[in-house]
Amino acid sequence: MSKICITSRGEDLQSEVDPRFGRCAYFIIADTESGECEAVRNPNIDSSGGAGIQSGQLIAEKGVKSVLTGNVGPNAYQTLNAAGVSIITGVSGKVREVIEKYKNGKFQSTDGPSVDSHFGMGK
Amino acid sequence: MIISIASGKGGTGKTTVATNLALSVPHARILDCDVEEPNAHIFLKPEIKEKVPVFIPVPKIDKERCNGCGRCKEVCVYNALAVLKNDVLVFSELCHGCGACAYFCPQKAITEVNKEIGVIETGNSRTSWGGDLEFIHGKLNIGQAMSPPLIRAVKKYIDPAGVNIIDAPPGTSCPVIESVKGSDFCILVTEPTPFGLNDLILAVEVLRKLTIPFGVVINRSDLGDRKTDDYCRKENIAVLMRIPFEKEIAAAYSRGMTIVEVLPHYRERFQAMFEMIRDGKKK
Repeated sequence: MSKICITSRGEDLQSEVDPRFGRCAYFIIADTESGECEAVRNPNIDSSGGAGIQSGQLIAEKGVKSVLTGNVGPNAYQTLNAAGVSIITGVSGKVREVIEKYKNGKFQSTDGPSVDSHFGMGK
Repeated sequence: MIISIASGKGGTGKTTVATNLALSVPHARILDCDVEEPNAHIFLKPEIKEKVPVFIPVPKIDKERCNGCGRCKEVCVYNALAVLKNDVLVFSELCHGCGACAYFCPQKAITEVNKEIGVIETGNSRTSWGGDLEFIHGKLNIGQAMSPPLIRAVKKYIDPAGVNIIDAPPGTSCPVIESVKGSDFCILVTEPTPFGLNDLILAVEVLRKLTIPFGVVINRSDLGDRKTDDYCRKENIAVLMRIPFEKEIAAAYSRGMTIVEVLPHYRERFQAMFEMIRDGKKK
């Protein structure tokens, strides 16, 4: 089993990738082997602080191997990293296309946060 | 009595009003609660007699005892803890030091360790006419984001028997609430500009929610437009004082001097404002 998580603006595969991690609208959890997908509404969108940490834990608990998103902040990076989840930033486009590109090995994981704290606030 | 000075918008003249008011009321004490950028000392030039570091307790996890149950992160409303399969992460910059995680940990795996967040400096300021002012301010350490615990520590120096002037930070968020909370009266300093008015309205909403009586001081009152006056009239808010845009005041400010030093008749104006607030409270 190989699960990946794509941050998404909507709950289906036609949705655009949400450029935020901690405060994205939905997490699409896709099993790249079985093809099964699950959309999880992000409960941390309006969190007053620590959204990245909460989202990081949520994703880790789902048993996800890689996160694909636009940007990830320092606290989310630290949380995902400690949980052994690899992070791919700079991702955009439709969720379905991103899954295909991932399967074809088109992405490389990043080795640090791509934005400062509070990047996704108020958007 | 506690009078706090707040504004909404920054740079409207909170410290100007706070320092001049403190210098005009006999035996007052001033508490600069704008701990991220305290500046009352520039104008009051106090002789600092004591420096006290301020700490908050942050969790330290005993990894031998921790069984990863996740209770600590459940009770942490500030999201300062991450519980993962093999590790617990503490994000101490998000921690408010409330102690809930240690209290609720069923494994007793959390101890609290002190983290220094800033320092309180206390002393005295002497006025040119022989007055003596008690001075207290907090200075948040560089890189710290958590000012409310330091503001609380500064406010422990309030003299319940005397007149306390609190210089609050700008804005309407937690540090402002922490500073003005418990005040008998709050002076909102504004300027007659669209930005000044916009943020004044936000500050008014905050004070009404906190049920703290308040009035407005309009600084640089002869600039800008009439909309602030119209708003105050419509909302039945007392305009306590108007400070015009005077070159002498600006020049004094730029040299780190107060208005009452260069224009002594302003002492009476500030005194009158104080009496108005005090007598209004008695009623």
